[in-house]
Amino acid sequence: MMGVPGAGSFAGEIDGLIWLVTVLVGVWFFAAQGMFFWLIFRFRAREGVRAQYITGTEEHLKRWINIPHILVILCDAVIIVAAIRVWVAVKQTMPPADEQVRVIGQQWAWTFVHAGPDGKLDTPDDIVTMDDLHVQVGKTYQFLLESKDVLHSFSVPVFRLKQDVVPGRTITGWFKPIKTGTFDIQCAEICGIGHGVMSGRIHIETAAEHQAWVQGHAPMAAVPAAAGEATH
Amino acid sequence: MATRPVEHPHEPHAAVAGHGHAEASFFKKYLWSTDHKVIAFQYMFTGMAMALIGGFMAYVFRMQLAFPGHPVPGFGVVSPGEYNALVTNHGTIMIFWVAMPVLLAGFGNYLIPLMVGCDDMVFPRINRLSYQIFLLSTLVILASQFVRGGGFGGAWTAYPPLSAGGQYNLTQISATMWVIAVALEFIAFLLGGINFITTAMNSRAPGMKAFDVPLVVWMIVTASILFMASVGPLIAGAVMLLFDQTLGTGFYNPARGGDPILWQHLFWFFGHPEVYVVLLPALGIVADVMCVFARKKLFGYRTIIYTVIGTGILSFFVWAHHQFIAGIDPRMANVFTITTVVISIPIAEMCFLYIATLYGGSITLSTPMLWALGFVAEFLIGGVTGIYLGSSGADIYFHDTYFVVAHFHYTFFPIALLGTFCGITMWFPKMFGRMMSDKLGKIHFWGTIIPVNFIFIPMFFLGLAGDHRRIFDYSNFPDLMRPPLPALRILATVSLVVMWSFQFVFLYNFINSLIRGPKAEKNPWRSNTLEWTTESPPPHGNWAELPIVYRGPYEYSVPDRAQDYWPQNEPA
Repeated sequence: MMGVPGAGSFAGEIDGLIWLVTVLVGVWFFAAQGMFFWLIFRFRAREGVRAQYITGTEEHLKRWINIPHILVILCDAVIIVAAIRVWVAVKQTMPPADEQVRVIGQQWAWTFVHAGPDGKLDTPDDIVTMDDLHVQVGKTYQFLLESKDVLHSFSVPVFRLKQDVVPGRTITGWFKPIKTGTFDIQCAEICGIGHGVMSGRIHIETAAEHQAWVQGHAPMAAVPAAAGEATH
Repeated sequence: MATRPVEHPHEPHAAVAGHGHAEASFFKKYLWSTDHKVIAFQYMFTGMAMALIGGFMAYVFRMQLAFPGHPVPGFGVVSPGEYNALVTNHGTIMIFWVAMPVLLAGFGNYLIPLMVGCDDMVFPRINRLSYQIFLLSTLVILASQFVRGGGFGGAWTAYPPLSAGGQYNLTQISATMWVIAVALEFIAFLLGGINFITTAMNSRAPGMKAFDVPLVVWMIVTASILFMASVGPLIAGAVMLLFDQTLGTGFYNPARGGDPILWQHLFWFFGHPEVYVVLLPALGIVADVMCVFARKKLFGYRTIIYTVIGTGILSFFVWAHHQFIAGIDPRMANVFTITTVVISIPIAEMCFLYIATLYGGSITLSTPMLWALGFVAEFLIGGVTGIYLGSSGADIYFHDTYFVVAHFHYTFFPIALLGTFCGITMWFPKMFGRMMSDKLGKIHFWGTIIPVNFIFIPMFFLGLAGDHRRIFDYSNFPDLMRPPLPALRILATVSLVVMWSFQFVFLYNFINSLIRGPKAEKNPWRSNTLEWTTESPPPHGNWAELPIVYRGPYEYSVPDRAQDYWPQNEPA
């Protein structure tokens, strides 16, 4: 999609839907424009030729409206079904998550709470970062979106993912990175004068890289405690 | 070809009851008038002046986007706060202070009494009050640009909590002024709408049945009904927002039991029908112009009216497509995807009927016709790209990107630019009694329509590439600085400057024709509708003797008649 890699598991489905709509409306668009310009050319004013008196109730002419119109309705039905299928898969389904990550929006930065070495949120070994989100390729993440002040929107173009962040609520969703690399995280809902600097980066790492990052960044005090817990 | 229609012989200045024809003072005649035509001009000129301001704002923020950090000629360096204020007020002004006053109030006031054949609006003093309140709202929104903190910077949709809290938007004074200005503007249009509906229903000329009314009047009346039916919830919402801002209530504050998403529902329940409120007058203007310059009857006049009513009703059931990812229950998106895609059914039918109207015509590409045809061609782009956004699954990616910006500009610039210029070039001879230069009109047309596509087509690609909205400088986003994205932003900006420069051709043509244009006859386009049967310009009271109607408005090229048009008031 315009050079934006698809690094999330549902990016392909959304791109596929966009292509489907492009083909279906593209055909109608070019047909309508073609007919339009041809009529302008064909029926340009000419000396001695008078316009025809047509009311639009003639059956043989109405066909030219009604048949395309029925076909348009069929295309509409295809688009509705395809759009809802993608929507349900992305927004209404919550696949079993390997890990959770809390994403907190505030004017004008993202705070990410990673689960840390124990793989669980809200434990002492959670890793808190500003503007940098570290995830492991191939894992399914459930995100918990929260806002400290105004509306924000958690947008990761390489995942084709976007979800508004609303103060007073925790909104959940999911993603599954399928490609390594470092990409933009945006705030896609205007949130004040710093909206344009509210940028983050997502680092999609291999399992080894990610483990190294987790070990290197876990809070010092929390590591032995977590290890101790594990022995009980 | 320049034959004049058969006119009712009548005394040119016969007195009409209730209308004084004595020369009034300038103040009485132009500023305190109850004449629908003067009020139409007041709305139109105010709207066009606001278009220059809203257009200047677009120039400033587009320059910032193309050349971030560089001083903009005529403005200076743009700060992030100023950038937010510019995009917010550009949107607000272009919708509420340009499209609505010019298309709905301007053409509505001018055309309805003249096209249905009556001497004035039913409530002329309410009409005058409507403009006065509108003028007040204009002054409030303009003043809000200059208060401490600068213009409101919470986007034209004004989502709380950003819009509700001065600590969040940092433009506390102008945020409140923005709400007040918008609420006043709504009151003005409620008063105007009452007049339009009542006049079209009660004051039609003898013999004029509902299906003898020109399409533009049908469209403006339908638009007024849509506006009046949808704006109530938003006025209530605006009052709650005002209380949140000034009295510290918590209607939209989750910490105090409120809900910010409530505003979004109230805003878009109005906001989506509002699109049709400004679209319909433009569609009506285009239909009437196409019939005149194709010398054709409208293809399926009644069907078009039914599709308009269908679209209007459906437009009340699509609002949440603006909120797919706003945090509403995701299951709701499925309902609104269906209603949104279904609205393409009447709209597609209407587009087909417009195109079919050209079939069998005798098409002259005069300036008004160029604008009308340009409208149809460009609006199709806005129409089909809406399907992408109505498809909930695709909207997850497109929401709040430049794809959305490009899409709605492809609906709004045909409406506000092409529709307005179409109407002005069509009715200028009637309004001011002089002809505009067709040559300059064509230069203006091509100088507008070509660059406008180079403004907005790049934005579709920028949106596909991930450019999100209302960002004053993309250099904070490495993925959005890769080639060719900065070049596309520059292309859009340069095209805007080119388009802007051609508007001076229009201004020159407008003013020059007003003063020096050749005198217009009563009916220079050989049109059927009633406004062309009176003087150009029509006197106060419109006709010396009010017309009687014998047929519909589109009887062009009727077989076995010498003339290829048949005015509505000509006895059979």
